[in-house]
Parts: sequence; C-alpha cells; structure tokens
Amino acid sequence: MILELRGVHRTHGTGETAVHALRGVDLGVAPGELVAVMGPSGSGKSTLLNLAGGLDSPSQGAVLVEGEVLGDLNRKQLARMRRRHVGYVFQDLNLLASLTAVENAALPLELDGMSVRKARKLAEAALDEVGLADLAKRFPDEMSGGQQQRVAIARALVGERRLVLADEPTGALDSATGEAVLRLLRNRVDAGSAGVLVTHEARHAAWADRVVFLRDGVVVDTTSPVGEPEQLLEAKA
Amino acid sequence: MSIRHGLLALLERGPMYGYQLRAAFEESTGATWPLNIGQVYTTLSRLERDGLVRPLPENDGGQRPYELTDLGRAEITVWFVTPISRTDRPRDELAIKLALALTTPGVDVRAVVQTQRTATIQTLQELTRLKSRSDEPGDLSWRLILDAMVFQAESEVRWLDHCEASLVRYRPPDPAAPTTAAPEGADTDDRTEANR
Repeated sequence: MILELRGVHRTHGTGETAVHALRGVDLGVAPGELVAVMGPSGSGKSTLLNLAGGLDSPSQGAVLVEGEVLGDLNRKQLARMRRRHVGYVFQDLNLLASLTAVENAALPLELDGMSVRKARKLAEAALDEVGLADLAKRFPDEMSGGQQQRVAIARALVGERRLVLADEPTGALDSATGEAVLRLLRNRVDAGSAGVLVTHEARHAAWADRVVFLRDGVVVDTTSPVGEPEQLLEAKA
Repeated sequence: MSIRHGLLALLERGPMYGYQLRAAFEESTGATWPLNIGQVYTTLSRLERDGLVRPLPENDGGQRPYELTDLGRAEITVWFVTPISRTDRPRDELAIKLALALTTPGVDVRAVVQTQRTATIQTLQELTRLKSRSDEPGDLSWRLILDAMVFQAESEVRWLDHCEASLVRYRPPDPAAPTTAAPEGADTDDRTEANR
C-alpha cells in the first residue's frame, strides 16, 4: 500500500461544538490504483485528502504513506516527504504568475534542494507528459485555463510522486478538457503511482478503480473493482 | 429509437440484405445494441408490409437485398428531424421505486438511494473504462454513443444526490401533530410585535 488510513478520526473543536469530520475511516490505496472519494458537502472528503497529504493530522488513528506513519515524522521530515513523494492537484491552481510553465513545474524539486538544471529537466519531462512540451517557456497568463491546469498537473507529477492527491482537479474546465485532465491522472496511476481523487462529479469519479462514498465522516459504501468491459456489453444484451 | 428506424436509416446508404444490415447496425451503435438476425427479418417484413422497403431479386449467394421506397425515405427524413419525446420512453422504474420507498413503512430510503448510486457509478466506471480504450480518431461515433450512456448515468447520479439532499431536510407529516399554531410561526409573530 502506498497510502493507508487506519481507524482515522478527525475532530475539529471540543465539547458541544465539536465537529466530527471523520469517524473511523479505513482506506488503503495500492500502487496503480486510483480511488475516488465522493460524498455530500461536509461529509469529510477534503479532510480525508488533507490527512492523506500530511497537511492535517488525525485526532485518532494513523495515516501511513509508503509504510511511514506520518504522525511519527518531525516537521522537517514531513515537509520533505510531502515535497518528494506527494503530488497535489487542487481546484485553485496556485501557479506563480512570474514563473514560466517549466519553472512552475520545477518548483517543488528546487525547493527540495535539487539542482536547477536537474529540476528543469524533470519538469520538462512532466510537461511533455501532459502534452505541453512546446509551451514550457510561456507564463500562466499566456495560456488557456485548460493549459494552466495541465501545468498544475505537471507540477503535481514532477519527479517521482508515488502518491497523487487531487481535489476537484477539473475545476471549471469544459467537459472535454476536464476529461483530458483525468486521463493524465489515470495514466500516471497506471504507471504505478497511487491516486486519490475527491470529486462530486460522478463522471469524473468513474475514472477511478474504486469509488468510496463518505457520509457524515463515515465510509457508507464502496464500488467493487471494475470488471472487464465486455461483461457490461453482455449484461446489456 | 426503434430497430425499424435504424434499419431504414441504414438502407438509405444503399440496398442491403439481412446479415449486412445486422452487421452495419452493430457497427454504427458500437455493439451497444446487439441484434439477432430474427429481429432483423421480422422488422424487414413489417417494413415491407407498410410499403417502406421493397425486396430486390436474390443475388448469386441466394441473399435477398432490400431497398428503401420513396415512402421509406420520407419516413426516415421525418424521423431525423423530429425530436424524441421523453414521454415515448418507458416509465422510469427508479423514480417510481423511490416514490414508493418514501411512503412504505420500514424502508430505509437513504439506503435505497445509496444502493442505486453505487450501482450506477459502477456502470459509469465500466463505461469510462471502455471509453479510455478507444483513442483512435476513427472511434468517434462509438465514443459519442458511450458518452451518451455516460451522461445519462451521470444525470441519474445527480438526481440521486438531489433526492438524498431532499431526504435530509424531509420531515414526514406527523399525524398526531395539531394542524394549526406552529410554534415557530408564533415566535416570529411575537418578534414582529415586539419590533413594532
């Protein structure tokens, strides 16, 4: 397992005003597996993603990334793990306007102390992966919304991200561009990373191998792994 | 859509015999709608009865092709320009089931909703898997048919989400409760009075 949540609880506040965002969630995501998390607003989806990425810590239970309990890491180790192994794609792209596409994509590696040359080289490979090799030197405001989103994805995938976390990654993109974004995520996961996708769009969740439904901080249901598509056609016949 | 109109549309391309029609039908619907040869022949004989197609002499292989008549051509033109009415479709069993679940004692409606949602998303996953395998530009018509199924399934999920959100707010009418003097309304009235 690349990501594991073991009996995770997360409570915000105390006493009568306490909000139980997650209540005893168990979840494992293996290499090559994309798991989508769905649920109504306030069901705990984003909390789950923040915990998986080490941006928040559980009130009870443990979160493991590549077998390491995040709660056992000190701040420095945690920051390093996040920079090296975890890629984030958020709805809010957070691209730096003063940096070109390749500089934006290289940023996590450079922050991690990698040489500029090496980081740029990996960033170019990541931009190539998302089909933007030709636009590497453009600034965000010289690109369309879909292209900017792909830069954000390249930044999330750059280097060796074993865990990719995405929160509504298609944002306000039109449906065909949004689908292209999901294909990218799917390709990276098929190449061996683990992925968690939080979305309220069923059409997007359908790219996952498994869909987990959260309600009031509890997993209420999970789809079983997808069978061979031919079975579907036979069933429809 | 009916097989009838499907076959008429295919014959617009030129005369075809039964097996050719079946193959062409499955090819153009991406095999999402498999036909058996019996359905093809039954439909052809009804179309012939109605004067929409006419049989041609058998070919050397002993197969009898059919061609469109002028009446058939007119029928298919009308079909293409006429929108499909939702009322022509079978009644929505799921909507009826949920409506009944709401009023049947002892039924956990949220569980009914969730069971359906899981099943529908599972179908969506399978459709998406099929779609992700067809990347060739030539597969466009096949992909668009899959997309139609994807969007229909998605709209069902959205409707289920809506049902669930409505259920959260829903309070079944309490037969024992008095029908007048809602306490909340009285409060508001008091405040209104006090503000005057």
